Amino acid sequence: MNREFREGLIAGLPIGLGYLSVSFGIGILAIGAGFNIPEAVILSAANLTSAGQVAGIEVIAAAGSVIEIILTQLVINLRYALMALSLSQRLDESFHTPQRLLLSYGITDEIFAMAYAREKKVSPPYMGGMILISAFGWVLGTFLGAAAGEILPAAVTEAMGIMLYGMFIAIVIPVVKRDKRVLYVSAAAIVLSLLFRYVLTSVSSGFSVIICAVAAALFGAVFFPVDDTNEEQSS
Amino acid sequence: MSILGYILIMALVTYLIRMLPFTLFRKQIQSRFFRSLMHYIPYAVLSAMTIPSIFYATGSMVTAAAGTAVALILAWFDRPLIVVALCAAGTALLTGLII
Repeated sequence: MNREFREGLIAGLPIGLGYLSVSFGIGILAIGAGFNIPEAVILSAANLTSAGQVAGIEVIAAAGSVIEIILTQLVINLRYALMALSLSQRLDESFHTPQRLLLSYGITDEIFAMAYAREKKVSPPYMGGMILISAFGWVLGTFLGAAAGEILPAAVTEAMGIMLYGMFIAIVIPVVKRDKRVLYVSAAAIVLSLLFRYVLTSVSSGFSVIICAVAAALFGAVFFPVDDTNEEQSS
Repeated sequence: MSILGYILIMALVTYLIRMLPFTLFRKQIQSRFFRSLMHYIPYAVLSAMTIPSIFYATGSMVTAAAGTAVALILAWFDRPLIVVALCAAGTALLTGLII
């Protein structure tokens, strides 16, 4: 086996295991929203992103509009554009357009962080190995969650509905704890989210997430601009 | 529209977001404002998606609140994602059995 590919697989193994457990929750959520098992699996295989998929499932469950689903994905996943830009600086010379077209599929928070942190430049087989094992975990977990959603007792699957949100908490809280600026942004997003949920109820969930996120991030960018060093966070 | 139609649109948008900058641009973003915006977006998104939705995630506000409390505490102590997620679900399940 290609040495770089094997290194990629090894680097991706913990990511794949993490994804396996998290995407279990996606599978359960999708079944609850009316997906069947193949649809849940295709969703995960085609998107490879947690927050985007959760928001997408919500919009689909609410029979939202095409504009709404496009905008939610755009806003929630826009951070990948920045990661793609940063990562493109760290690629070795064997990366040509076909490799870029193919491997851009797998730019996620974790894969970006792992690839970016590598001492050596990133080669196509390395990144490919990492994406392969991560995506495998993501899709397998979704399948298992979706199947479990149809088999397990309701009490268990209902309790598991909290898993994804638990993961979101686990991503945000450690950063909030260390960085006051992120705390203010997070608090602003929560206040707006509560406002949309209980007061401005005519705004659908997808648009509400977009408005909350953009407004809170704008607030942060205006009042607490980040320093010049690379500050893209892995999440 | 069918669920597959929605999925296709989602996948297309998400792929383009990743592919276009990865393939076309090969420079660093200079604008500090834009980089700040990008830096904050993930946390703003996750915060808005979690509160208050998490309290409706289990079908019972009480079990969800118990799970949320456990998740907050474990996350504060930097436990891994999977530990936080599983303990939140376990707490919600146990709380549901008790009440």
